[in-house]
Amino acid sequence: MLSKFIARNKVTLLAAALASTLSMGSANAAVDDIHFLIPGGAGGGWDGTARGVGEALTKSGLIDTASFENLSGGGGGKAIANLIEKADQSHGTLMVNSTPIVISSLSKVFPQSFRDLTPIAAVIGDYGAFVVPTSSKYQTFNQVVSDFNANPRSVSIAGGSARGSMDHLVAAMAFKAAGGDARRLKYVAYDAGGTAMAGILSGEAQLLSTGFSEAVVLANAGEVRILAITGDERSSTAPDVPTLKELGYDASFVNWRGFFGAPGLSDEAANEYADLLSKMYDTTEWQVVRDRNGWSEIYKPRADFVAFLENQEAVIGDLMRELGFLK
Amino acid sequence: MLDGIFVGLGTAVMPFNIMMVVVGCFAGTFIGMLPGLGPISAVALMIPITYGLDPSSGIILMAGVYYGAVFGGSTSSILINAPGCSSTVVTSFDGYPIAQKGQAGKALALAAYCSFVGGTVGAIILLFAAPALASVALSFQSGDYFALMVLGLTAVAAFSGKGQVIKAMMMTVFGLMIATVGADVMTGVPRFTFGNIDLIDGVSFLLLAMATFALTEVIMSVMKGQHLEKDPEINMAALGSMKLTKEEVKEVAPTVARSSVFGFIIGVLPGAGATIASFLAYGMERNFASAKEKLKFGKGALRGLAAPETANNAASTGSFVPLLTLGIPGSGTTAIMLGALIAAGVQPGPRLFVDNPDVFWSVIISMYFGNLVLLILNLPLIPYISRLLAIPRQILIPLILFFSITGVYLVSFNTFDIQMMVFITVIALFLKMLDFPMAPMLLGYILGDIMEQNLSRSLVLSDGSLAFLWERPLTLTIMVIAILVLVMPLISKVFGKKKVA
Repeated sequence: MLSKFIARNKVTLLAAALASTLSMGSANAAVDDIHFLIPGGAGGGWDGTARGVGEALTKSGLIDTASFENLSGGGGGKAIANLIEKADQSHGTLMVNSTPIVISSLSKVFPQSFRDLTPIAAVIGDYGAFVVPTSSKYQTFNQVVSDFNANPRSVSIAGGSARGSMDHLVAAMAFKAAGGDARRLKYVAYDAGGTAMAGILSGEAQLLSTGFSEAVVLANAGEVRILAITGDERSSTAPDVPTLKELGYDASFVNWRGFFGAPGLSDEAANEYADLLSKMYDTTEWQVVRDRNGWSEIYKPRADFVAFLENQEAVIGDLMRELGFLK
Repeated sequence: MLDGIFVGLGTAVMPFNIMMVVVGCFAGTFIGMLPGLGPISAVALMIPITYGLDPSSGIILMAGVYYGAVFGGSTSSILINAPGCSSTVVTSFDGYPIAQKGQAGKALALAAYCSFVGGTVGAIILLFAAPALASVALSFQSGDYFALMVLGLTAVAAFSGKGQVIKAMMMTVFGLMIATVGADVMTGVPRFTFGNIDLIDGVSFLLLAMATFALTEVIMSVMKGQHLEKDPEINMAALGSMKLTKEEVKEVAPTVARSSVFGFIIGVLPGAGATIASFLAYGMERNFASAKEKLKFGKGALRGLAAPETANNAASTGSFVPLLTLGIPGSGTTAIMLGALIAAGVQPGPRLFVDNPDVFWSVIISMYFGNLVLLILNLPLIPYISRLLAIPRQILIPLILFFSITGVYLVSFNTFDIQMMVFITVIALFLKMLDFPMAPMLLGYILGDIMEQNLSRSLVLSDGSLAFLWERPLTLTIMVIAILVLVMPLISKVFGKKKVA
């Protein structure tokens, strides 16, 4: 009986919390409240970004309250459709997103693209990394490339997402820049980064394409070696790891995470959000959140963000066409 | 190593950390009892709290919440057939029938004892063999996982009643088919989504289990008019009684022993986890049972309750092996815990118990405490919780409907899931009226997804050759066992008949 009673109370509380967040969406003069729309479930990367940014903004006093709404479904498409549909009431809402929005709209997972929303700013970024087990015969990325160029099927490349999505495309980009035939890449998809990592450690795949922040954890543990990263410059977290460009392969890639407003949001309001996010970087509260999560900052507000997205869309679109994922 | 154990013991018995275990277990049990809210939600809720604590206390709290939630999930499975999390779905197969016989207290108590033993045995193995087991787990390749899932599917007979093997097989195939809905993990291509964006992520397992068990069950009872019947006199004393007879203890003891070890091993594998462990343990247990006992499975067999309950707790403990020794999360829940550990500045991996012995050993030692605390906390509550079933049906039925639907909604916050749940319930009602068993469908669904992924991965890796099935001794061994399990009953039947002739 007791459990039933408290259980019911809990649900009521949740309902009340939900109701209050919904009503909050409409108020918006100077930014006091932000409602964060998260296109995936609790505990994922989008969730962590929105909640981390919200925490830094409220604790530093830049805004009064932050509320969060998880709306998963359709690889993030559900949340985008929802934001567009309720655009008029959603001027107080920011949706978190990342590189997959570009890839998914190219491959028509959902019909909308970033153009249907109001891009605010890219906030943090993560580079791609190529990783081998410590016991691997490969000491440098060049050795992998020469094996690949001799026989593309001799190198199996593991990744934590499907063919044609980020981990695959980043690998294809690197081997293409190295003069190989990206279409002959032997890419093995796993359902998550963790199982992909288990895949190279079990020896069934030779190379892992993953995010740098995920790779650095296991590299510090001494289980894997990072051969190269896709940033333009070396990372201060792992200064010994060369970039692809240094190795002579002209390819770079950053997986950004940033925020979008509802379509039809005024420039004034959008700039205000972008300013707010830029102020956040200097707060100590943000530095705590950033270091806790191992994030790197990349601030690209408004027009810069749009230009960056257009460029990324063009580069990835060409690559996907070449690989046969787009016609 | 002994030094480390003492350091860890010292950390674990600090009053504050003991309090963390108690609070964690209590909160976890509670959240887990709510249908739909399982360990992932429970652990995610704790993240903000752990930021203020030191790493050992934080991870002890989360570990407490984790097995508390796994434990609590079994309560709603047993009492109202609405599993709190996917790893307790199998618990309802025999747990609910036992509770319906008026022995809810016994079922809950047995679940508590089994969880305790499973968790404790798991923690002991973890203490002595974690690093060694980690390297075994890592040697599992995609082909081996595929073989293991094939072996799991041979358990389908375990999930079917008498003379229903064909129906059970049809339902298994149905489950395999449902598992293919959504974006394919290998190619990213959406399958059977009919252009509907909500179907891209596929059908959630918990939703499927709630629709086919909890909802179908209560709606059936309404259709049969049971809600109008006067409630049968309920013997409150019997309902709340937790007594197990000596014979019953003797009956389940070997089951519990087997399932602890077995569940732990499955839990260690990064690609399996507590849910798979509970299904496989149930199937294995039925294969061990005599022909007469086999008939009892699904109708309230004590062994059918003990096996999955022991195995899921042992597997939860086992999943800490790849997390702590390799930094590889084997499940969604341990992935969240990995994030929390890193945020606290603790680096999981082979050097964890060298660099941070206090964290490593105090977590393991607090697992013993956690299991003990769970038992102590829950046993006195069982007589009260089990009286839930004495609530008049007119109230209980709407309550079950309400909690099942909100539970599913609170996982995704997507209203489409509710429509989907109703749709599946309607189909399940028809199938149930035609006497099709539901459990094989869940088995097909849960194994089908992992089986398909690993098959297609193996095929990519071997460039399309089927040779991976016999090239590695491990794969071959598992495949041979699977074939033996399938063929043995046929052989014994043929030979049995010859003798008669």
